[in-house]
Amino acid sequence: MASLFPDTLLRVKPAPFEYHAPTSIEDACALLGSLEDAKVLAGGQSLVPLLNFRLARPAHLVDINRIPNLNRIYEQDGGVVVQALARQAEVEDSKLVGQRCPLLGLAVRLVAHRVIRNRGTVVGSLAHADPASELPAVLLALNGHVVARSTRGARIIPAADFFTSVMETTLAPDELLVEAWFPASTGKYGIAEESRRHGDFALAGGVRYGDRLALFGVAPTPVLADPKDPTRGLQPSGDLEATPEFRLHLVQVVTDRLFAA
Amino acid sequence: MRVNGTVHPAPADPRRLLSDHLRHDLGLTGTHVGCEHGVCGCCTILLDGAPVRSCLILAVQAEGHELTTIEGLAAPGAPLHPVQQAFHECHGLQCGFCTPGFVMSVIGLLAQHPKPTPEQLDEGISGNLCRCTGYASIRRAVQRAAELTQG
Repeated sequence: MASLFPDTLLRVKPAPFEYHAPTSIEDACALLGSLEDAKVLAGGQSLVPLLNFRLARPAHLVDINRIPNLNRIYEQDGGVVVQALARQAEVEDSKLVGQRCPLLGLAVRLVAHRVIRNRGTVVGSLAHADPASELPAVLLALNGHVVARSTRGARIIPAADFFTSVMETTLAPDELLVEAWFPASTGKYGIAEESRRHGDFALAGGVRYGDRLALFGVAPTPVLADPKDPTRGLQPSGDLEATPEFRLHLVQVVTDRLFAA
Repeated sequence: MRVNGTVHPAPADPRRLLSDHLRHDLGLTGTHVGCEHGVCGCCTILLDGAPVRSCLILAVQAEGHELTTIEGLAAPGAPLHPVQQAFHECHGLQCGFCTPGFVMSVIGLLAQHPKPTPEQLDEGISGNLCRCTGYASIRRAVQRAAELTQG
């Protein structure tokens, strides 16, 4: 059909990339193992903005959305497995998650907005590893793990060994994150955060599971902290929204809130 | 992809965003584009019945899916969709730029919570920005839409 706006006929925002839509995990892993500079596209709610801003300019996009049976949420070892294409909204609505890992159900409601969660994935949030994201801190507080697949085989990576720096993980370029395992959260649990606006990334936040406290938004990765002295050793960065001192203050505030009960 | 009941081919260029494809290739300019990075909510459409940001989906990804845009809610001359009717009755708009996105998000909200509590209502529209800040009448419109939807 002819464009109504001929001058914008070729209008695109992302930089050039080659698009791949494999229909099996094996094909996706084969692509990731053979292509240089490939990026996995799942829900796209973090990646597509980066593409639109051209902050990310991968040579190849491997869209995993055509892979069947990769969107399940099921019980394993008392906890819950969330596969790579399970949308955040599906996890939010999951009865199993509510029974087995209510902490995850609580945390996922704090991720952006429902319309974003209709598309965004839990596993994608983990792979993206934004330091202010709730879900990596939940995985760390619960001591869960992720499973990576490649043509070399499958690898289980505990949360403590997964997040390395700002949006950096120990995932190799040829590996596909296929699922995450969240252990049962049956003890005392909670999540608290402070953000400028509803749905924004948190300025600072904390996840409690029993006596464990994982903080987010205050270090390059989610970090475990001592609930009795949560700011020890922290050197959060400052930006337009919060100074380092204010972030440290918020750490104490959310910790007090989480451990008041 | 099927858009408002009509089948269309996906664009050749995978870099084309779904929002740009709807507007520039299919002429469906009722889907508005504000921030183009998922914050403002103006470009919200229904993908297989659930509201999503069309600026955060590549058009090629919509191949094989069912899409509904604001143009698909009511045929010309036909009664308005209940959510549209409610926004009309309650004057849930000022300049109207954000309105198509709000209507699509509210359809999703009412599917999830047919009788939303005030908290659910606020949460349900929090992902859509109205720069005229006409939120009071938008809230009333959502409550009215819930009444109309229940008939």
